[in-house]
Amino acid sequence: MSKHTVTIDINGTTVTKEVDSRMLLVHFLREELQMTGTHIGCDTSSCGACTVLMDGRSVKSCTVYTVQANGRSVKTIEGMESGGALHPLQESFHEEHGLQCGFCTPGMIMRATEFLEKNPNPSEEEIRWGISGNLCRCTGYVNIVKAIQNAAEKMQKEVA
Amino acid sequence: MIPPSFEYLTPSKISDAIAMLQKHGEEAKILAGGHSLIPAMRLRLSEPGYLIDISGIQGLDYILEESGQLRIGAMTREASLEESQIVREKYPLLLDTAKMIADPSVRNVATVGGNLAHGDPANDHPATMLALGANVVVEGPNGSREIGIDDFFPDFFTTALEPEEILTEIRIPSPPSGSGGAYLKIERKVGDYAAAAVACQLNIDSGGSIQKIGIGLTNVGSTPIRASSAEQLLQGKNPDENMIAEAGRLSAADSEPMEDLRGSAEYKRALVNELTQRAIKLSLQRAEGSR
Repeated sequence: MSKHTVTIDINGTTVTKEVDSRMLLVHFLREELQMTGTHIGCDTSSCGACTVLMDGRSVKSCTVYTVQANGRSVKTIEGMESGGALHPLQESFHEEHGLQCGFCTPGMIMRATEFLEKNPNPSEEEIRWGISGNLCRCTGYVNIVKAIQNAAEKMQKEVA
Repeated sequence: MIPPSFEYLTPSKISDAIAMLQKHGEEAKILAGGHSLIPAMRLRLSEPGYLIDISGIQGLDYILEESGQLRIGAMTREASLEESQIVREKYPLLLDTAKMIADPSVRNVATVGGNLAHGDPANDHPATMLALGANVVVEGPNGSREIGIDDFFPDFFTTALEPEEILTEIRIPSPPSGSGGAYLKIERKVGDYAAAAVACQLNIDSGGSIQKIGIGLTNVGSTPIRASSAEQLLQGKNPDENMIAEAGRLSAADSEPMEDLRGSAEYKRALVNELTQRAIKLSLQRAEGSR
């Protein structure tokens, strides 16, 4: 068994731990750090429930070894609120009822975070294309898209 | 689905990575983006004893055009193709392909080099590179060599890479003015492999005659397939509707699909026929537009 010491910036906090080379990032987050906001869905990089940001880009943490994240920064759903205030995406998912069972929500929000950064004023079609790697088994896409649109507007106002 | 144990190696130079391959032989695998390899390991289809992560090697992630070639570093992420200004302006076939590979989060990690080196006929870049007439640059213990894309996929999940070689770059001839290309893929859902897909790249002269054409087929055979008969038919021609339809039929005849959960062989041949025609028409349109 090959062990490695990794140092990863997780939501702004530097974490150093020894891990097996085969430990997947999603298991590291959930089992080593008890950060269970990131979900495991399909386990095969299809569903997007495990989406986190690595160096600002959305990745499926079921398909990244923890050792590959060594020296990088990882942002999870737990890092979205600041000082008790929800992120505009979190607020909008709440307001627009962008979740039914909620299982896909953390992945949706993390994916939408990178998406809105690159495309702050997207059309509905662009949003649908942007979240095409994230599945909602409740099929609540209409409200998810609305939530992302709503968040985009809020974030635009914040910038203005 | 816990993957098997492995030793994780992090070379900082290509020569170190090659030395690791020499030392560990067939027990070692190169880890690039890992989006084919890691799922295969989780399913225990692949159980390498050593993973050589080449993401720490500087200078393998670039897209640049010089001396009549587009050069793509092996570690270039698929998302970088989508975002590249030069790709957007001059390489519509590459842009189409990048947009159809997996999904946005996978494209943030998956690499162009990996898509080829994996040797999977269901991957999208092999057909694209066939159509573009690319060369693959590989490095090994005896230096580097260039392999023509037609020689790169000799068999099912097999490439021309020697066990001690690493794919480092892809070279694509820059298209002259009057060029166009397109990639058309039918997939059951975003992220699925193609039921069938067709890549076309062509160049027309001022009279509209095809000077050069490449057509590649995805996931309709044990290797990526060049639709040579259709290419030969169209070479030097200013094709009308009937000739394009004939090219579609020839392309379907050159494909060797197997029935699977994505459809019957007959269905896939019909897809190849139709997609070939559409890809040719769209490429012609784009070629006209690039003048």
